[in-house]
Amino acid sequence: MPIADQLPLLWPELILGLGAMGLLLLGVFNGEGSARNVTLGAVATLLAALAVVVFAPPKTAQAFGGMFVTNDFVLFAKALVLAGSAATLVLALRFNAAEAIERFEFPILFLLSTLGMLLMISAGDLIALYLGLELSSLALYVLAAYRRDSARSAEAGLKYFVLGALASGLLVYGASLLYGISGTTSFAGVGRAINAAPGSLGALVGLVFLAAGFAFKLSLVPFHMWTPDVYEGAPTPVTAFFAIAPKIAALTLLTRVLQGPLFGLIDIWQQLFGVLALASMAFGAFAAIAQSNIKRLMAYSSIGHMGYALVGVAAGGASGVQGVLLYLTIYLVMNLGTFACILAMRRDGRMVEEISDLAGLNRTHPGLAMALAIFMFSLAGLPPLAGFFGKLYVFLAAVEAGFVGLAIAGLLSSVVAAYYYMRVVKVMYFDEPADAFDRPFGRVTTSILGATAVATVFFFLVLSPVLDSALRAAKSLFAA
Amino acid sequence: MVGFPLLSLTIFLPLIGALFVLAVRGDDEEIARNARFGALWTSLATFALSLLVWTRFDASSAEFQFVERIEWLPAFRIAYVLGVDGISMPFVLLITLLTPICVLASWTAITVRVKEYMIAFLILETLMLGAFCALDFVLFYIFFEGVLIPMFLIIGIWGGPRRVYSAYKFFFYTLAGSVLLLVALLVLYDETGTTSVIELASHPVSLSLQRWLWLAFFASFAVKLPMWPVHTWLPDAHVEAPTAGSVILAGVLLKLGGYGFLRFSLPILPAASAEFAPLIFALSVIAIIYTSLVALVQEDMKKLIAYSSVAHMGFVTIGIFSGSQQGVQGAVFQMLAHGIVSAALFLCVGVLYDRMHSRSIATYGGLVKRMPNYAVVLMVFSMAAVGLPGTAGFVGEFLVLVGAFQANTWVAALAASGVVLGAAYMLWLYWRVIFGQMTKRTLAAITDLDAREAAVFAPLVLLTLWMGIYPRTFLHVSEVAVAQMLQRLAPLKAALLTGL
Repeated sequence: MPIADQLPLLWPELILGLGAMGLLLLGVFNGEGSARNVTLGAVATLLAALAVVVFAPPKTAQAFGGMFVTNDFVLFAKALVLAGSAATLVLALRFNAAEAIERFEFPILFLLSTLGMLLMISAGDLIALYLGLELSSLALYVLAAYRRDSARSAEAGLKYFVLGALASGLLVYGASLLYGISGTTSFAGVGRAINAAPGSLGALVGLVFLAAGFAFKLSLVPFHMWTPDVYEGAPTPVTAFFAIAPKIAALTLLTRVLQGPLFGLIDIWQQLFGVLALASMAFGAFAAIAQSNIKRLMAYSSIGHMGYALVGVAAGGASGVQGVLLYLTIYLVMNLGTFACILAMRRDGRMVEEISDLAGLNRTHPGLAMALAIFMFSLAGLPPLAGFFGKLYVFLAAVEAGFVGLAIAGLLSSVVAAYYYMRVVKVMYFDEPADAFDRPFGRVTTSILGATAVATVFFFLVLSPVLDSALRAAKSLFAA
Repeated sequence: MVGFPLLSLTIFLPLIGALFVLAVRGDDEEIARNARFGALWTSLATFALSLLVWTRFDASSAEFQFVERIEWLPAFRIAYVLGVDGISMPFVLLITLLTPICVLASWTAITVRVKEYMIAFLILETLMLGAFCALDFVLFYIFFEGVLIPMFLIIGIWGGPRRVYSAYKFFFYTLAGSVLLLVALLVLYDETGTTSVIELASHPVSLSLQRWLWLAFFASFAVKLPMWPVHTWLPDAHVEAPTAGSVILAGVLLKLGGYGFLRFSLPILPAASAEFAPLIFALSVIAIIYTSLVALVQEDMKKLIAYSSVAHMGFVTIGIFSGSQQGVQGAVFQMLAHGIVSAALFLCVGVLYDRMHSRSIATYGGLVKRMPNYAVVLMVFSMAAVGLPGTAGFVGEFLVLVGAFQANTWVAALAASGVVLGAAYMLWLYWRVIFGQMTKRTLAAITDLDAREAAVFAPLVLLTLWMGIYPRTFLHVSEVAVAQMLQRLAPLKAALLTGL
């Protein structure tokens, strides 16, 4: 097939890539003063790519000899990543201006990282997988250290880089073993080789190293150590970005890899990821109890939530994949809203990050308090809020797959996790008020806050269509 | 069965009212006044609607009535299904009656964040009504668990000095029980492929699975009810909650546990229910005797009534699992009576607390001299709590004991001794608060019930006497539904117990 016919499949990636180059030129020519315009341009680029993903006719196709794959599942995941990136970049606009760290490189790095994630999600080959992962990771390392005059931010970037490089090494080692047993890097070829010799030691070790690499990106226990420090040190909009887009990209890629080339090892990876899920859920729940910084709290929270989503991965099957996609959709909404709230926590022109700074928020900013309380109840998984339905479907998939023990352990750890979410509510509603935050929060922050809060409360109204499209996406993964 | 969605309207009217209250603007005074009136009118309108439902309700049919069905998640066969039968109908009325009473009782007692308070109560009403009307297990769970959010806030924001501890304790006891219910629900769905309450009841489940599921259900409902030994959250929650919070907690939320046993454990898991009945009997008898003894030594009035609630709920569980018509109907009646009487007793404590800001029994004494009307009202409810014939409390306890005698003489005999203990702590409480010399100088200026408080108590006194003198009005509602449920269970239970 001529290249010209294959390129249309890559429209979202092309838009992001060309947009990043164009905006980079614009920034270089116009200097630092153009940061705001470049950011707006980057948001427009992300939204354009999102529009292409959402409105493109869904079809299952390949390009470049199977290096690049697209189907309903891939499009669903890309839509989530693009929406998450666009929203966090919008949130960053005001933050960067207020902290006087506006630079045009910031949105460019956002775009490049997102581009890497899209390529990851679409990877049909171990090489494509690794290139996409590294493109997104390298941009993320720089973003973590973006606030270069802050020691904490620099520490976050360095820590993330060193540990991330190690994890990438593990992942490549795993990939090389898979190449070793199959003689090819294409997913299809690896899958054939594994099915031909399911018990091969090389495949098993390859799976484990690959899993370790993914576990690092997803901050699963025991590869989670970087998460709290990086979340705390990185500028808050970057933290929001870390919590959302890369997690969605890595988890959907992992799902594709497990359900695709590594499907022959399902008995093994179900156990492996079941244990990782259990450890992450439990650790995320218990370790967060002692946190006093809200960004660190959200780090442990995301460790726990990746554990819950992983329950759906471990369950396997169309219903498991459907559960994962639903969970990620809800996770995106809840986290976006929570970080919008955190970004509104400014006092005397500076960010405050302690949970105790929220004291009595209900008196000083009732609207903000109500929104944050909604997100906390939802993160804790209480019905009728969105977070409950996410948990319901991954655990339903787990029960259907026969993992009743995992479901019980997961739900019990969600009770423990509820403790620290409730603590935030307690501080806001039960404690005596502290000083008010700076007003106004900004139109963009307020509208994202309002939209995500409404979506969290009334998610049950759109649950059925979201489930349907998640199911379509999940089925497309199994049809191929 | 497509008609006017009367039940949905009843359930969601308070929520609509809450949205209006949320939109109230103005200065503090204005907001508080509008929020109070908004909540009052909304809850009264809801009460009127539920009365309309009651007048159209056909008690001679055991079927679910006013059934509404909207496909919600067709791929999972989970639907938005509502309906009431003779068992749930009285509870709907109980909720809609108690909510306006709570709003009135909080009229002057709540002075801070009035708007949020009223919103929380209206949302709570919607969730409670939904839980009693839901005919889909998932839908039930959503309402059942959703109740935690407003109740946590009500105790935590408007509660007493140890409110944070109590709010947490309430929240986590209930949540921990509920997640096991959720697992059981998922397993049941995986097994049967349906979450419809009606379909589940006719779907046989193997005995070994029934046992596990029953224990998971039990974990949730026993905490909610609460049964000994998981009752310890209740006294704390009651003591710290604002008066109206205690009223709703004792009046309605506890009944969710009993209702859960009746609607889910008994019909869906009949064999396991029969098998575990002795466990329930043992725990209930312990609850009745032990918590009655504990109630005797309490110095805090709210705590005393809270412990007496645990004892009264012990009768309910004995009745439900006695498996006889009298026992089950007695349990339903006892729940209703307790819903009225204990709610009224908490309101009585609230009256004193509003005046003296103390719940300690030792603060009071000789009140009959200054508050004759109050003394009469408190007497009616104390007698009802004791189970004096002619009051609501008697009928339920009597029927439960009749049912229990058929099941197990020992259980009935021991439970009956609880009635004696109940008389002891209630009469002693009454004597210490109302009679004796009024020696305390602080009480000299205490005033009797005002018009608002009289309006709060009047319907409750009336109902207590009505239920005691002519219980047929209320027994009649649940008679056919209970009979049909037991009739359907009998062969199922027998076959499973002998066959497997």
